Amino acid sequence: MSVRHALLALLSEGPKYGLQLREEFEARTGEVWPLNVGQVYTTLQRLERDGLVESEDTDEGPQKAFQITESGAAELAEWLRTPPDLSSPPRDELVMKVLVAIRLPGTDVHEVIQEHRRYLLQLMQEWTRIKESGAQGDLNLALAVDAELFRLDSVVRWLDAVDARVRRAAAEGNVQPAKAPLPKQRRHIGVRG
Amino acid sequence: MRMLELQRVSKVYGLGAAEVHALDRVTLSVDEGAMVAVMGPSGSGKSTLLTIAGSLEEPTEGEVRVRGAALAGMSRSDKARLRRRTIGYVFQDYNLLPGLTAAENVSLPLELDGLPARKARAAGLAALEELGLAERAERYPDELSGGERQRVAIARAVVGERRLLLADEPSGALDSGNAEAVMRLVHDACKNGGMAAVVVTHDAQLASWADRVVFLRDGRITDQTASAPGPESLLTPGRPQ
Repeated sequence: MSVRHALLALLSEGPKYGLQLREEFEARTGEVWPLNVGQVYTTLQRLERDGLVESEDTDEGPQKAFQITESGAAELAEWLRTPPDLSSPPRDELVMKVLVAIRLPGTDVHEVIQEHRRYLLQLMQEWTRIKESGAQGDLNLALAVDAELFRLDSVVRWLDAVDARVRRAAAEGNVQPAKAPLPKQRRHIGVRG
Repeated sequence: MRMLELQRVSKVYGLGAAEVHALDRVTLSVDEGAMVAVMGPSGSGKSTLLTIAGSLEEPTEGEVRVRGAALAGMSRSDKARLRRRTIGYVFQDYNLLPGLTAAENVSLPLELDGLPARKARAAGLAALEELGLAERAERYPDELSGGERQRVAIARAVVGERRLLLADEPSGALDSGNAEAVMRLVHDACKNGGMAAVVVTHDAQLASWADRVVFLRDGRITDQTASAPGPESLLTPGRPQ
C-alpha cells in the first residue's frame, strides 16, 4: 500500500492538515490499515521536497495545511494506471515451507498443509466477522475486507491444489527422493523481494 | 440446546473388495445458534454426512440424534415427520418444484405436515418477506434468477418451526455476490432464528461465515478451526501489516 499516493489522492479533494489526512486515510480503508502520525508527516515532507505537494509557510505544526500541486496530480494519475509488479513470483514464505516439507524426511507434508489451511480459515473467519458486523453499510470497509478474503482464499486454494497434486504423485509412485536437488531452471525465475 | 449429534458414525457402501468407507467414526455436535461448515475434497464424505444427519440415509454404525431424539429408534413415519417439521434442506440446484409459485414452494412442507392451507400460506409469505422476497411470492421458479431461487429454497428450509438446516454446496451455482447473500441468510437464521446449520462447501470464503469449520478427509474429521476470536483482533492499531 503506497501511503504516498493515498495522501496525494486525499489532497486531490482540497487542502488538508496532517492529522486530518491520517483520520481520513484510516476511515477510508475501513481502519484495516492503521497509520501512525509520524508516517504521515514524513511522507508529506518527502512529497513537498519532490514538489508534489506544497504547504502554506505561515503555519507550523499540526495546523499546517497541505495542498496538491499540478505535478502531484499528474503523478497520482500516472500511479493509478501503472500495474503493480506481479510479473515475478513474490518470495512467499508459505511456498518455501511447503516445498521444504515435501522434501524433508520424516515430515508429513499434508499435516503441514493442514496446519496452514486451518490457520488461514481462522483468519478468514475473523475478516468475515468484520464484514458481518458492519461492513454492509460501509463500502470502503467491505472492499478492504474483500481484498483480504480473496487473497487468503487464493492461498487456501493453492494449498488444496498442492495437497491433491502431492497425493496424486504419491499414488503414481512418483515421489521425488529427499536427496534430489531443486531443478536448476528455478534459478532463472526472477524473485520479488 | 443440542440440535444435532453424531456419535462415531460410520457408513460403508458395498461389500468385500468393493467396500467403500464413506464415513469413518465421525463425531460431531451442533448446538442451537451455531453454524458449522464442513470442508473437504470431493469424495471425502461431505454429502454422506449430510444425508445421514438429515435421516435420508442410515449409518452402518454409530448414533445420530436430532434435537435429542435418536434416529435409530424411530419409525419411518416418525422420521418423515422429523424431516417435515424440524429439518430444512438446501441443495446446490435449488430443488424447487417448477409447477408451484415461490409462496407455494415455501408453504408446501407445512401443508404436507397437515397445517391448514391458509396458515401454511401465511407462514410461507412471512418467511419470504423475511428474506426480502415478498414481491417474488407469486412468481414461478423459472421466472426467478438463480440467487432468488436459492433464497426461496432457504425460505422453505427455515419456514415454520424448523430448527436444523442442512445445506449441500448451497451457493455452488451462484456468483460471489449472491453466494455471500445466501451465506448471510444461513448465518442470520442461526444467530437470530435460533437454528443450527451444517453447510457443506469447498469454498473457503463461504466456509468462513461459519462459527466452526470442520475438515473432512477420507470419511474422517481430521481437523477443525478453533472458535474464532472477535473482529477486534484484526483492527488493533499497530498490527503488523
